[in-house]
Amino acid sequence: MSRRQTRIVAALAVLMLAAAPAFLGVFSITLLNYIGIYALVALGLVLMTGIGGMVSFGQASFVGIAAYSTAWTSAVMGYSPWLGLLLALIMTGLVAALIGAVTLRLGGHFLSLSTIAWGLAIYFSFGNIDGLGNYNGIASIPPISIGAHALSDSVDIYYLIWGVLLAAMLGTHNLLNSRVGRAIRALRGGNALVESLGINAFQVRLVTFVIAALMAAVAGWLYAHMTRFISPTPFDVHVSIEYLMMALVGGSGQLLGAVVGAALITLMKNDIQDILPLLAPSASGRLEIVVFSVLFILFLQRARDGIVPYVARWLPQPRPEIPGKAEPLPRRRQPPAGAPLLQVHAAVRRFGGLVAVNEVSFEVRAGEILGLIGPNGAGKSTMFNLITGALPPSAGKIVFAGRDITRAAPRHIARSGVARTFQHVKLRPRMSLLDNVLLGLYPRTSAGFFASALRLDRAEERRARHEAMRQLERVGLAARPFELAGNLPLGNQRILEIARALAADPILLVLDEPAAGLRRQEKLALAELLRALRADGLTILLVEHDMDFVMNLVDRIVVMDFGCKISEGAPQTVRSDPRVQEAYLGGVA
Amino acid sequence: MNAQIAAILTMDGVATGAIYVLMALGFVLIFSVTRIVFVPFGDIAAFTALTLAALENRQFPGTVGLVAVLAVVATAMELFAILRAGSLARIPRALFFYLVLPLLPAALMVLVRGAPLGAPLRIVATVALILPIAPLIDRIVFRPIADASVLLLLIVSVALHFALSGMGLIFFGPEGVRTQSLTDFSVMVAGVPISGESILIVIAAAIFCLLLFLFFEFTIQGKALQATAMNRTGARLMGIRPAHAGTVAFLLGSAMAAISGVLIAPVNTMFYDSGFIIGLKAFVGAIIGGLVSFPLTAAGSLFVGVLESFAAFESSPFKEVTVFSLLIPVLLWRSYTLLQPEEDGEE
Repeated sequence: MSRRQTRIVAALAVLMLAAAPAFLGVFSITLLNYIGIYALVALGLVLMTGIGGMVSFGQASFVGIAAYSTAWTSAVMGYSPWLGLLLALIMTGLVAALIGAVTLRLGGHFLSLSTIAWGLAIYFSFGNIDGLGNYNGIASIPPISIGAHALSDSVDIYYLIWGVLLAAMLGTHNLLNSRVGRAIRALRGGNALVESLGINAFQVRLVTFVIAALMAAVAGWLYAHMTRFISPTPFDVHVSIEYLMMALVGGSGQLLGAVVGAALITLMKNDIQDILPLLAPSASGRLEIVVFSVLFILFLQRARDGIVPYVARWLPQPRPEIPGKAEPLPRRRQPPAGAPLLQVHAAVRRFGGLVAVNEVSFEVRAGEILGLIGPNGAGKSTMFNLITGALPPSAGKIVFAGRDITRAAPRHIARSGVARTFQHVKLRPRMSLLDNVLLGLYPRTSAGFFASALRLDRAEERRARHEAMRQLERVGLAARPFELAGNLPLGNQRILEIARALAADPILLVLDEPAAGLRRQEKLALAELLRALRADGLTILLVEHDMDFVMNLVDRIVVMDFGCKISEGAPQTVRSDPRVQEAYLGGVA
Repeated sequence: MNAQIAAILTMDGVATGAIYVLMALGFVLIFSVTRIVFVPFGDIAAFTALTLAALENRQFPGTVGLVAVLAVVATAMELFAILRAGSLARIPRALFFYLVLPLLPAALMVLVRGAPLGAPLRIVATVALILPIAPLIDRIVFRPIADASVLLLLIVSVALHFALSGMGLIFFGPEGVRTQSLTDFSVMVAGVPISGESILIVIAAAIFCLLLFLFFEFTIQGKALQATAMNRTGARLMGIRPAHAGTVAFLLGSAMAAISGVLIAPVNTMFYDSGFIIGLKAFVGAIIGGLVSFPLTAAGSLFVGVLESFAAFESSPFKEVTVFSLLIPVLLWRSYTLLQPEEDGEE
């Protein structure tokens, strides 16, 4: 399906929605209004849970904060509902930012469990504050007015609700296909990769969390002015889990899933309320929650992917466009060949009593390939982690391009021009090759959340996509840029990691055992690629096991054994060094 | 507030806190072995209290129905799995563990229906009835998704809480209950009255913490559980089945929940859904322990109990709000002291 066809389908869907009030009765429109409001909350959850991997059980309390803010502003204080919207957004945003700031650094389940507790705390607060009507709630909330026209009719507010929902979906869609969106999509699967690309994972998480809360806030505002009466009940924790259910049942990670899930659950609730009294006349109200929870558990056990991905398999896939030519992005100036680039001074790293790296010093000069080798357990990987900032050294000093990076965070080291690959390949297997490489371009581009959601980032995005495509061509993977990274064989996954590192326009490329697990042909191709990169003026530090691979490629070698540097020099010198032979062969007879 | 009131509140808080300690330890135990944050823990404690009250009033406890439903479903699932695998020899064993054993206390309960039971017998019968619940739930709900991510297990766990509390309403009804005091004993210490109830709670909590410690340190089962908690793959290589360790953890957890239910029943009015909030407060204690450390968890839970007691004195409607707001500074502190786990492979 081409882009144009996708647009036609979307336009038809919007037209059908616009025409719905002409065909449907008031009851159906009211139901659609609820679906639209729930879908808006679920959309936020799709973004943060389905895509960003953070689970919130407190979304209903965000809806509640907003609903109470606007109800207080308009019904108690008598101001305009629009002022209520402003207060709703500010209050919800502040609360979400505070909750996010204290929990998002911790593991995923801490955030989720705290949201339950806060959901309850906020719920109890609503019920116990006199100014907010206690458990009786606030009645006679005025309708929203546009100009002189009050949206008191369910058809009137129908257009507002679905207009807002569609706008939010469009904005989220744009966001996901942008620089920030790719960072959000990369959050799942751990921080190590994200931080190594120069992305502040905490900040991306926090903003995603706040955006989801703000969507819930808008939903709460619409809810308060549609129902014209609020009490604490619809903001209880079990409603939060219904929202979560909507987001997951529809298809976590699918924007359309929010609407499908909201519609399905709302309609099902409606039907179950009709059916259960027939089955069990005495216990219908009690059975409802049991039936719902059991269905949800069964769903999570059997069909975690949700409905939309299942249906989408049978539909024509959208055909993305190959990035066209664009003005290249500005590049870093490479230092003159031979100048000292990375200096390691007497680096020490202890793990308890074990000294993994013991007073190791060496330097990498601009324009060379330096090999760091040693037998198993020599401390190579630890040294690698010290250089890239994954571990802080216990003592010593590391200087990169004249800057002390001894205790700098991985993302700061990345931003100063060191790009790395991982021993165990870290890609995002469900993102395309192009998107994986685009992740590497994050520090070279600057579009923020708003610019991305409003598509103001297109010029920069074109340049970035062009650059990513160029890097894929450079490493020889440009034939199928929209293939999913997880479908590549291991050898090509390693090459893709290098393309991603190159996209950051690094000064120093650090490769952690790039030849591990490769076949002979693949190793030869990799060596060829690294030589070509050196010819382009790039400096490369290589941690490697494979002697043949290293000996024929590098300019100089540093050998480590039991945490100490035992030799350094040109490949031939190192090869004939008796200490190296002893380390590798256990003593020369 | 004067010193005497403060002392009374502290005593009260320590007693409540001791119950939270038991529950929080149960949380940590189950989480560390199975990676499941077992949200319905409080529900099980509440069901214990309701069962105990039913026996006291010589009513037929709804627990029997609940256990019967769970046992039948679990047996059906187990038999289905066995038939699919074609290993018919395992059928008698499965029937014994999933059907006969859980239903044994329930069957006894049907036999002695309405007969007057002494307090110790009531407590033993109640604990025996409650014990199978968590392991059966483990078999039905969690075993099929044992390899899922922590977050997915958590979502399932929360949904499970709502299912259970709905069932609680069906089996136990909406009435709140409070059981007879276990003792009328009371003593004055420096002008502060201390009830025997509080002393009993604290002693019981201490004994069961000690038992748990002894179990972990000195039994091979305990070591196996510890090993599973530290490294599932490693434990498996040493011949420890994680599923089995999980069952043991759930059984122990069930016991801790039952004991806390027995202890809380005479001091708090319990409803079918009271367990959730009590469980969450215990959970705040568990978070103070970072979901790993047993001693810190115990200290944290005691603190939560005392804080709650003072908060209830200052402003009763907001005591829950106060306790849950405590999470903010606690998490802030935790976010700088806990190592961040690298959650890989959750793509």
